[in-house]
Amino acid sequence: MSKVPADLKYTKSHEWVRTRADGTMEVGITDHAQHALGDLVFVEVPEAGRVVKAGEPCAVVESVKAASDVYAPLAGEVTAGNPKLSGEPETVNTDPYGEGWLMRLRPAPGALTGAALVSAADYQKVLEAEGG
Amino acid sequence: MAFIPHTEADVAAMLAAIGVAGIENLFDEIPPDLRVKSLAGVPPELNEMEIGRLMTERARADGAPLTFIGAGAYEHHIPAAVWAITTRGEFYSAYTPYQAEASQGTLQLIYEFQTMIARLAGMEVANATMYDGASATAEAALMAVRANRKSKSARILVPTTLHPHYRQVAVATAANQGLKFEELPYCTAEGVTPAASLARYDGQDITALVIQQPNFFGRLEDVDALTDWAHARAILVIAVVNPTALALLTPPGEWGSRGADIAVGEGQPLGVPLCSGGPYFGFMTTRMEYVRQMPGRIVGRTLDAAGRAGFTLTLQAREQHIRRAKATSNICTNQGLLMTAATIYMSLMGPQGLARTAAAAHARTRELVAGLTRVPGVRLAFSGPYFHEAVLQLDRPVAPVLRSLSSRGILGGLDLCGYFPELGHALLVCATETKTAADIDRYRASLGEVMQTARAA
Repeated sequence: MSKVPADLKYTKSHEWVRTRADGTMEVGITDHAQHALGDLVFVEVPEAGRVVKAGEPCAVVESVKAASDVYAPLAGEVTAGNPKLSGEPETVNTDPYGEGWLMRLRPAPGALTGAALVSAADYQKVLEAEGG
Repeated sequence: MAFIPHTEADVAAMLAAIGVAGIENLFDEIPPDLRVKSLAGVPPELNEMEIGRLMTERARADGAPLTFIGAGAYEHHIPAAVWAITTRGEFYSAYTPYQAEASQGTLQLIYEFQTMIARLAGMEVANATMYDGASATAEAALMAVRANRKSKSARILVPTTLHPHYRQVAVATAANQGLKFEELPYCTAEGVTPAASLARYDGQDITALVIQQPNFFGRLEDVDALTDWAHARAILVIAVVNPTALALLTPPGEWGSRGADIAVGEGQPLGVPLCSGGPYFGFMTTRMEYVRQMPGRIVGRTLDAAGRAGFTLTLQAREQHIRRAKATSNICTNQGLLMTAATIYMSLMGPQGLARTAAAAHARTRELVAGLTRVPGVRLAFSGPYFHEAVLQLDRPVAPVLRSLSSRGILGGLDLCGYFPELGHALLVCATETKTAADIDRYRASLGEVMQTARAA
């Protein structure tokens, strides 16, 4: 059973979002997603300053069997990509909700109200519907 | 069971489902002038004996001319062992096998190829070949756009001294993917790209700079200055190099203070015969830093579950059979047979043999230039060093001169007037180690006669 922390928001494409004290949003992939991908060998994160639209592919996670896009859960400007992941991509496998975060975003005005984010309970239902 | 993918009934059902009258209608968007028509000069059907005779006669019509044409494809001596080994049943396939790891010998050969090419170019990693030098250049431009994440412009600076076909292929391949190719002028007195001409791009967002060494004219560019200029502005450097020349010249991995970022080239000089324009193969090398942006296959060396060394395809997660439309390129297979020949060629020649070949080609070309420029009405177009090609300027149109030489069994070079009209009656000539002093003297004497006859007429 995958871990789905109750204090985070989720997307149906298996990203999680955490609101930080400074108003930026931290984004990563869920425990379910890292488990489905298998051992990650490479993670490509966006550069700070990049402006992304909701649903835009903005990071790549690559395992020995697949390379998958990670989509921006909401529109905004990237304030940081996780620098740790270029040398230690496996951090996403070992700590997907903590040290394995992918990027931080400053949401565009109004981005939060329009974002298609779901609660932990609803994400759990998405997983169950997928058979996970 | 016969391999029949779909019956007429299947086809009819599929067409009905999408409301199209016939298969031909699916191709309506292709302009009529681009459609395949019946092939001229191809007889309807011949048996084996008849086709053998026809092809022998056609081959005889080519004759065995003495060729001084280079321009991207070069006549080199190929040791007999190269194709004797390459055409053995164990190697005789154009493809990486499916279930590649079951063919450890093939994978080992590809691995050896990658190692040799990477060392020749002075770069960290090579892939298992591209289609040819021109498509490798186009793929390098696309790769540079992926790799240079600081640049947003997709502007690629391309010297006019790059092989014109390479530029055309790059534009055809990549222009519709948003890449903008901008031509850098060259110095018509020296035939090279002056580093000073780059100043007008200072402060602009440029993604990559292409540098061909030796350039299309055979001349040596100031690769160190060009490379350092680019790197000082976070512009990636794409080297387009001749593998024979690399045995003598500074490899792209050592250009300037940091070395080129991507180095590509045409592999034909390494054991592939001149053959009506192909098939040839391209090679591509880069830094480890950019390996995930490199298209094509890479074979890696690893340990199996029992701890034994073995070879495997690696980085496949970026290829199209897994990543579909988001693959790094549409290149998945490679020019395996030609790469096999090249690997055997390089292993037979060794670094010393390749260096002797390069030195001999350079020496023969110097002799050729010295001989031909003694003919009245012939001068060397550019001052400065060249490798195994040079541009000559004649005092009259080149085409009729080449026709007269051809009737004497000599292919005298490439007429540049269609490519570089600003150079006047310009002729690109090449001599490799295959040319003897007698061959060069025959060309000189024939050219003298042709020019003399034309003058008298």
